[in-house]
Amino acid sequence: MNFTFSKRARTISIALMAIGAAATVIGILGDHTDHHQRTWANLLVNGFFFFGIALGTLFFYALQNATETAWSVMVKRVYEGILGFLPIGAAVVVLCLAAGSLGLNHIWHWMDPRVTDPTNAEHYDALIAGKSGFLNLPFFWVRTIAYMATFILFARWFRKQSLALDELSGEALVKRHLLMYRRGALFLVLFAVFSSILSWDWLMSIDAHWFSTLFGWYVFSGMWVSAMVTAVVLVLYLRRKGYMPQVNNSHIHDMGKWVFAISFLWSYLWFSQFMLIWYANIPEEVTWFQSRIDHHPGLLWTMFFINFAIPMVMLISRDAKRNPRFLIGVGAVIFVGHWLDVLQIVMPGALGHHFHGVGLLEVGMFLAFLGLLMYTVLTTLTKAPLTPVQHPYLEEAVHHSI
Amino acid sequence: MANKVVYAVYDDPEVLKGAARTLVSAGVKVRDVFSPFPVHGLDPIIGVKRTRLAITSFMYGITGTALSMLGFWYFMIYDWPMNIGGKPSFTLYQNLPAFIPVAFEFTVFCAAHGMAITYLIRNKTLPGMPARNPDPRSTDDKFIMEVRTEDNHLGAEAIVGLLRGTPALEINERER
Repeated sequence: MNFTFSKRARTISIALMAIGAAATVIGILGDHTDHHQRTWANLLVNGFFFFGIALGTLFFYALQNATETAWSVMVKRVYEGILGFLPIGAAVVVLCLAAGSLGLNHIWHWMDPRVTDPTNAEHYDALIAGKSGFLNLPFFWVRTIAYMATFILFARWFRKQSLALDELSGEALVKRHLLMYRRGALFLVLFAVFSSILSWDWLMSIDAHWFSTLFGWYVFSGMWVSAMVTAVVLVLYLRRKGYMPQVNNSHIHDMGKWVFAISFLWSYLWFSQFMLIWYANIPEEVTWFQSRIDHHPGLLWTMFFINFAIPMVMLISRDAKRNPRFLIGVGAVIFVGHWLDVLQIVMPGALGHHFHGVGLLEVGMFLAFLGLLMYTVLTTLTKAPLTPVQHPYLEEAVHHSI
Repeated sequence: MANKVVYAVYDDPEVLKGAARTLVSAGVKVRDVFSPFPVHGLDPIIGVKRTRLAITSFMYGITGTALSMLGFWYFMIYDWPMNIGGKPSFTLYQNLPAFIPVAFEFTVFCAAHGMAITYLIRNKTLPGMPARNPDPRSTDDKFIMEVRTEDNHLGAEAIVGLLRGTPALEINERER
């Protein structure tokens, strides 16, 4: 059955974009930071958060192929729909990075050539200069282009092959499926390296003096859980509209388990990073948490409470994970929670004492991107049957029961 | 009339499920099934209630969390405050991050052990307890369905008659 983008959903997504854009414009007029730094930082927060949803989905999609998971075949078109946002998210992130490299914003302090010039006594920064073997613009752009090209090529390839499966049968079908299985595994190997390094490059290097080896996994688990939330809310929406009649409560239960489990993974990694730094209490390591705990404790602890305690308490029981109301409610809350997480990763480093919490600009840009995500994903969903026609595991997926 | 119990022996889980469906749709209450491995989807057919083991596990878990917190407070704060790595222990909440890993492990320990022991007691399968399966072949490759006259309005003959309509390998009738 093909999905039709209903008039109501179209109106809501366009309205979100319009309201968000209007609030953003008003917010930009009130942005008096140098180089409109606050606007750029917001663009990075939303660009990265929404790109992360698509990237987390791409990772999960590759994981499902590499593990030959049967139940998720039933909902694989929804994951492919979210992948439709990947190029847009990538473009926004690249735009922010390019502006930073050209000196249009100063989110990444290390990009300024003066900080690594020993003859420039005023701006020279010995710590950053010591890292310039890795943090230099040519190598940075080689890496960024390599990640983005890999992600977009794999996403397009997976989508193309997934649609091609529908036309195949018999041995050719199994052969193509096994090809996707191998490429899924290959992607996981590349992603294991790229996911860590991209978070160092784009987010950790905002606070260029600070480093944490766990940072990559922490950012990655945040992307992953945002992706799981988006997918389960979409599936519940589509099922409610009658588009996915074969999706039963066991599929929903499994998707709910992913939200629950990855919320714990995220909390575990966040706390592991925090606890070790807190315990060791070494001046060069504590700066990142110190600036957040001293100046934005409300934001930090609210975001941790939302992302850890709410899924733990609300989704622990089996019945809650099978209940659409619970899943959508908890999903909406932790979706915002993980947006706040990206906000508190970026803002204190990018804006310093000019960061005063969530204002009109922050909310407006979030709503605009949310509308854009809705519009793009629902448009992509209309382009192929929502239930795959042919797949070696389709029969098993339909009869999924736990 | 003496209570009787009827055992029907099958050699395939799917055949067994089909037979259970036949009996249940004829209004017979199946008391239990003894099988070499858990048969997926059998419980709803014979009307076994969902286990409450998860709830006990949760309760053991929060007991573990509470006990560990009490322990931290008593050992590390109240009884003998220690200064570890320049972090003097005068309050529980200021030192909480250091205690979380142990609290987590103790919670898991209590939840897992409590759940496992409860499971063994509830099933009456603690080490040394007498075996309760009616036929040792149910630990090998046979599936044995147990129907009791005391659960049903039917007599033993009627139950055996119904079971004969299913592809059972053998049907045994015993006094209770």
